[in-house]
Amino acid sequence: MQSNSITPLAELRDASKQYGSLKALENLDLSLRAGELTALLGPNGAGKSTAIGLLLGLLKPTSGEVFLLGRSPQDLAARRQIGVMLQSAELPDSNTVGELLQLTRSYYAAPLGTRECVDLAGLDGLLDRRYAKLSGGQQRRVQFALAICGRPRLLFLDEPTTGLDVEARQGLWRAIRKLVASGCSILLTTHYLEEAEALADRVVVINHGRCVADGTVAEVRARVAQRRIRCRSTISAEAVALWPEVRHARVESGNLEIIADSAEPVVRRLLAEDARLHDLEVQRAGLTEAFIELTREAA
Amino acid sequence: MNVMTADFPLSRILRCYLLEARCEFMRLLRTPSFVVPCLSFPAVFYLLFGVILGGTRGSSGMASYLLATYGVFGIMGVALFGFGVTVAIERERGFLTLKRALPMPPGALLFAKTAMAMNFASMVSLILAIIALTLAGVSLAPWQWLALFAVNVLGVLPFAAIGLLIATLCSGQASPAIINLIYLPMAFLSGLWMPLSILPGWIAGAAPVWPSYHLSQIALHVVGRNVGQGIGLHLGYLAAITLVCFLLARKRLLSLNQMGKG
Repeated sequence: MQSNSITPLAELRDASKQYGSLKALENLDLSLRAGELTALLGPNGAGKSTAIGLLLGLLKPTSGEVFLLGRSPQDLAARRQIGVMLQSAELPDSNTVGELLQLTRSYYAAPLGTRECVDLAGLDGLLDRRYAKLSGGQQRRVQFALAICGRPRLLFLDEPTTGLDVEARQGLWRAIRKLVASGCSILLTTHYLEEAEALADRVVVINHGRCVADGTVAEVRARVAQRRIRCRSTISAEAVALWPEVRHARVESGNLEIIADSAEPVVRRLLAEDARLHDLEVQRAGLTEAFIELTREAA
Repeated sequence: MNVMTADFPLSRILRCYLLEARCEFMRLLRTPSFVVPCLSFPAVFYLLFGVILGGTRGSSGMASYLLATYGVFGIMGVALFGFGVTVAIERERGFLTLKRALPMPPGALLFAKTAMAMNFASMVSLILAIIALTLAGVSLAPWQWLALFAVNVLGVLPFAAIGLLIATLCSGQASPAIINLIYLPMAFLSGLWMPLSILPGWIAGAAPVWPSYHLSQIALHVVGRNVGQGIGLHLGYLAAITLVCFLLARKRLLSLNQMGKG
């Protein structure tokens, strides 16, 4: 194996995947670096599951290359260094938590002890219970325990907190932070953008099978760092649209709505030109706004 | 594919297979809708037709014929349901996908399911043997008891392959009904419930179509009551069915795997 600092842990190189006439992924480049938590975001059907499927070796790319720890994802020696929690995978109802954990630990060369798994995933007192008898939140925690039990270098978490209450989600976030601190790299997909904002070192946004943004949370936010300015004014939208710094301006239900690269010069000029301007609002785009903006742009 | 590596020696791989088999067995053992019919139906039918209605205590002709055929009937159910229903459900629930993503050694789940089916088949075989010995008055040579046991245990293979194929073609909800539609008529038409000699001629004539007929002829050969075709023919037919169904199921699973959701 080559030096870790150079070789990405997992990599899609110009990967495309086509189902019949549907292009699920188009020429996607994605490389997961050591020690990072990467959040893969995108609307439903954007190609997140396909990207994960390729990285895990579940799917074969129509074109392009896939590497997992420098090898083919089909290679067992590569998969022994990863952990997986899939959104759509349910475990067998009539096995006990202890049986499932023991079996999954046996797949790995140097697994965590049962006790450590129980502590990290919050499974106290559940080892003898059957999977079917657990609550939805407890089942998610069992799936998380199976994902981390092999001391993975790279962990795939596909919508890990769906269906969890606030407290359980916080608990899982703590466990995820602990793993990252101990050097584990994570690929996270989530519908909760605040989750990505709270946990991710890096955010990759895909839409229609293409990467539309890739950077730190701050960078992706900055991609759409324009401010949204809203006010009631008699100045026409057409005139404002010609100002420097202004990207768009339009009137929406009586409000003048302006998207500008920075707010201050625009607001200053607005106030100067219309003394009776009122209901002034300036918003900064968060990750949610950035996400909506990015995925709309590409549509 | 690097299955064995320095940090993952053969002993560790074998342990995966054993734990996989144990989990699979416990899973089915805790599923009453599988265990109760699989273990009780052949025994109840055998008691009814071989012991009570057979009425041949002492002269073990019918009782030994039905010992062989109800054994086949019992292990067919174990294999068809044990594979057909569980795989269909596990496929639907995404469990098979997760297993493929995990570093499970290749074929471990298939091994586990086969071991589970053979385990239950040996139970069916033992229960029938006990009834035959105690209530039906069947007397066989030790090699015959052992051979019958071996036929029952190894006989799960073709039906496991058929079950696997069914599981790739229908949903978990539909699979029990579809398996029953195949299982019960096939058992009857190949003379497992009552000898072909007392059924209409066309049924006996068509019987060699069914894999269960060929397995039952091997079992009947052990108890000395087969119709006298060569064992090789039966073995060849069963091997071919096993191979064809297994390959079709594999092909179907591979193509299902590549149908993602985006």
